[in-house]
Amino acid sequence: MSDTVLSPGDAPPGRLAVRKTYKLYIGGAFPRSESGRSYVVTDHKGGFLANAALASRKDARDAVVAARKAFAGWSAATAYNRGQVLYRVAELLEGRRAQFTAEVRAAEGLGARQAEAVVDAAIDRWVWYAGWADKIAQVRGASNPVAGPFFNFSLPEPTGVVAVIAPEASSLLGFVSVVAPAVVTGNTVVVLASERYPLPAVSLTEVLATSDVPGGVINVLTGRTAEVAPWLASHMDVNAIDLTGAPDSLADDLAVAAAENLKRVLRPAVEDGAAEDWTQPPGLKRMLAYLETKTVWHPTGT
Amino acid sequence: MSAPVDIRAGAGSSLREFLHGLPGVDQVGAEARAAMLASRSIKTTAKQWALDMAISMIDLTTLEGQDTPGKVRAICAKAKRPDPADPTAPQVAAVCVYPDLAHLAAAEVKGTGIHVASVATAFPSGRTSVEVKLADAKYAIEAGADEVDMVIDRGAFLAGDYQLVYDEIAAVREVVEDAAHLKVILETGELVTLDNVRRASWLAMLAGADFIKTSTGKVSPAATLPVTLVMLEAVRDFRATHGRQVGVKPAGGIRTAKDAIRYLVLVNETAGEDWLDPDWFRIGASSLLNDLLMQRTKLATGRYSGPDYFTLD
Amino acid sequence: MGKFEYAPAPESRSIVSLRESYGLFINGEFASSADGRAFKTISPATEEVLAEVAEAGPVDVDRAVAAARRAYERTWSVLPAKERGKYLFRIARIIQERSRELAVLESLDNGKPIRESRDVDIPLVAAHFFYHAGWADKLEYAGYGPAPRPLGVAGQVIPWNFPLLMLAWKIAPALACGNTVVLKPAETTPLTALTFAEICQQADLPPGVVNILTGAGDTGKALVTHPGIDKVAFTGSTEVGKEIARECAPTRKKVTLELGGKAANIVFEDAPVDQAVEGIVNGIFFNQGHVCCAGSRLLVQESVYEQVLASLQRRLATLRLGDPLDKNTDVGAINSAAQLARIRELSEVGEAEGAQRWSPPCELPVKGFWFPPTVFTGVSQAHRIAREEIFGPVLSVLTFRTPAEAVEKANNTPYGLSAGVWSDKGSRILWMASRLRAGVVWANTFNKFDPSSPFGGYKESGYGREGGRHGLEAYLDV
Repeated sequence: MSDTVLSPGDAPPGRLAVRKTYKLYIGGAFPRSESGRSYVVTDHKGGFLANAALASRKDARDAVVAARKAFAGWSAATAYNRGQVLYRVAELLEGRRAQFTAEVRAAEGLGARQAEAVVDAAIDRWVWYAGWADKIAQVRGASNPVAGPFFNFSLPEPTGVVAVIAPEASSLLGFVSVVAPAVVTGNTVVVLASERYPLPAVSLTEVLATSDVPGGVINVLTGRTAEVAPWLASHMDVNAIDLTGAPDSLADDLAVAAAENLKRVLRPAVEDGAAEDWTQPPGLKRMLAYLETKTVWHPTGT
Repeated sequence: MSAPVDIRAGAGSSLREFLHGLPGVDQVGAEARAAMLASRSIKTTAKQWALDMAISMIDLTTLEGQDTPGKVRAICAKAKRPDPADPTAPQVAAVCVYPDLAHLAAAEVKGTGIHVASVATAFPSGRTSVEVKLADAKYAIEAGADEVDMVIDRGAFLAGDYQLVYDEIAAVREVVEDAAHLKVILETGELVTLDNVRRASWLAMLAGADFIKTSTGKVSPAATLPVTLVMLEAVRDFRATHGRQVGVKPAGGIRTAKDAIRYLVLVNETAGEDWLDPDWFRIGASSLLNDLLMQRTKLATGRYSGPDYFTLD
Repeated sequence: MGKFEYAPAPESRSIVSLRESYGLFINGEFASSADGRAFKTISPATEEVLAEVAEAGPVDVDRAVAAARRAYERTWSVLPAKERGKYLFRIARIIQERSRELAVLESLDNGKPIRESRDVDIPLVAAHFFYHAGWADKLEYAGYGPAPRPLGVAGQVIPWNFPLLMLAWKIAPALACGNTVVLKPAETTPLTALTFAEICQQADLPPGVVNILTGAGDTGKALVTHPGIDKVAFTGSTEVGKEIARECAPTRKKVTLELGGKAANIVFEDAPVDQAVEGIVNGIFFNQGHVCCAGSRLLVQESVYEQVLASLQRRLATLRLGDPLDKNTDVGAINSAAQLARIRELSEVGEAEGAQRWSPPCELPVKGFWFPPTVFTGVSQAHRIAREEIFGPVLSVLTFRTPAEAVEKANNTPYGLSAGVWSDKGSRILWMASRLRAGVVWANTFNKFDPSSPFGGYKESGYGREGGRHGLEAYLDV
């Protein structure tokens, strides 16, 4: 933000910055919270950055509806098509490297080079996942040699609507690392961005809106984790939940609530307090967590 | 299948549509059902009943180029008295011979109630003119056969000329009239698929068959449980929609009592007990009879028997 | 009296030598429970007491988990993988050698027909051990990275419907991957699990690798909530599955659940009718309908409804219900008085809700727990018998008009374990298969199982898969 706080007696600034309004991203559109609320997002030094929308349970509900609506089309798209769509997002991100570097710096307080490295890693991660779209079925599928005259094959299928509690500390790289693996295989997501550092995620939604990602495939809410997450965890039309960004004690409660409709629950592998190292190769775990294996039998005869 | 289709109007295409419109048969499923029924355990009193019933359903067969009057006399004697040591053993249902020996067979079994089945229509290949086939059938009737086992034209069937196959059966039916009952041999080993077996069964029944028969015994595979299953389903469904009962005869490859009993179980649990009668179910066999007699003896005496105690023919 | 009456063809019981009482199997030995509690297991066909079985309490659970932990750390995780595999091969072989005995014992304790335990259950049990024995030293090729590690100690709770088979589904992959186990068989069917323990002894399996704790709900709960286990595997009702998911949520335990179902068996107008009817019968009456993946909802295309129903009713008249040990029995006993009560209750609900009830004429034995094969027609989605799992030989028949409608109705349930599709048209089969939200889709067949074929549910039918390469994931730290 090219904005400085003026003290009395200072010379007036050059040009006044036109500040961005940070809204929710639901169903491909940018609504404010239906509650009308917002909250102050500060930089790493505590200075004012922006007012972000403070999502309510109704926003969460609407986001789930949008995600469910988008699921049929997104999961029925060819894998090739999904890969292309995701790759395009990476192209647009690349074009906005400078913007995102500045956002990440302001949010997390990283140095210039560090922030650049984070943005580069985020873009590369997006590209990596895009390339998985048309391969995961081969790695995860199988033709099973059953002991009888049957053709039998297993294929991975997306589980449906995935709620994601994005990592608290890693506002862009961490965000990308939890969202991309869910959607590349055909799931749709409702993501609750980092409570403390939501802005890079919201800027990312601008990229999504101008790429070919269909509305509703990725929905982003900003607000209080403890307030919104329980509504997602207990929602009966959500098929899976990623608890990465939830503190341990909250995560326990969320996992219990998730059991009501037996959501597939992904809990961070690391112990309480320690942050996941997002620079490490992610492996397949986050994609597999939201895939169902379907096995089909058919007799082979004349 | 809803109302009976009148396909005698001669339009070959409606016959084809009907036959191709019959439900398909899943081979794996049909084989599994046949195998499950073959695992039924038929013991003691049930076995006794089944052995006697099987004997009474046999068409004792000799269909060899080298058949002589002597051979035919021998099997007729066996047909009348399968087990010389045991007069309680039932008679068989029929003897089955080539038409030029039917006259002799008829004389031998006269008055016993045993039928004389003669093959006809250029058995076993069926590859000759219609005129020759009809003459063959007529010859069999005049020789005294009261059952005619005809073969269908498999070539025509596989070429899709169902109308020709139908017309030939109908023509033989006409020649045979009420003098004999008509068994139509489908030669399922050459039709190969169970879908074809179903279609050929329906075609034969619509054309007037009294019995549908699996095989000539000259081609392998001959009778099998899955094929017979499909044929039993066909006669069951045909009676339900057309009101006429048609019999089934598996022939060839049925050698042991165990096999025969499996066929009876198949009949019992597929078409039902109305078919558990020599008038509606026959088994075309030759060496089977002795195995049935051996099993029968074992049940009666408790001892395993041996071939020396049963006549070759 | 029919023309062709099948005489009794009993499988001899003498191949089984039942003990009067059985202990818990902990650390390679049988011992009574710490507090001496025990319970009886009966034959559901005759209500005779078969044996007395120890009831494991918290102290026993502690002991068993400790034994499994010791065996894991000192022996099983240290043993070279190929040696682990060889133990499993030995076990598979002994199961084959004792297969007739195991089949008879299973039928006695569970009530299922001997033909099924002999021809389906026990052969699959052996096959599962053979299949997984071969994976033990090939895990690096399974798609989980170059050196996937086991989890540690697995606590496993299994149901009564396929007692030894469910044990095989749990123990074989767990051991192949290098874990040790504590398994609790269902309280009404402990005997084949205890015989399996004997087989482990015969195979010289190191003590503590497999532990069998007999008991009821309390024992199971103590086991899955025990802090000393790393992995929970449960097969049973959705209700209990949710409880377990809740209990384990605050822990680091890995959980897999295989729960209930209300599968749609979909018959199209171009189905191979006779085989479809077999598939319907197999789908709901195999194992007396005590199958989580049972085809309990028949969705038949309205244009062929009359024909299919008539064929089905005709076919049901040939089902033979009676003594499970008779080789010709098709339908055996209901596993317990409790289960029978539940089936009866839901059947009454079906009638009360206006569906029409039909059963073929069926003579029920006087002693034991029996329920005739039953078909409800005129059922719609809103009826309880179309939504709730009955877990008995009760079929609900609904109709549909188009493939899209069939998919919609089939998927309109919180469950998602299995589905059946019958049609002669390949493109339609694949179209349906891709849209049915079920972990197993049987096309022109039903109730087929194989150790290489992954099995498990979508939605409230549970999560995780058993069998195949995919099933290994549940027992690896990946």
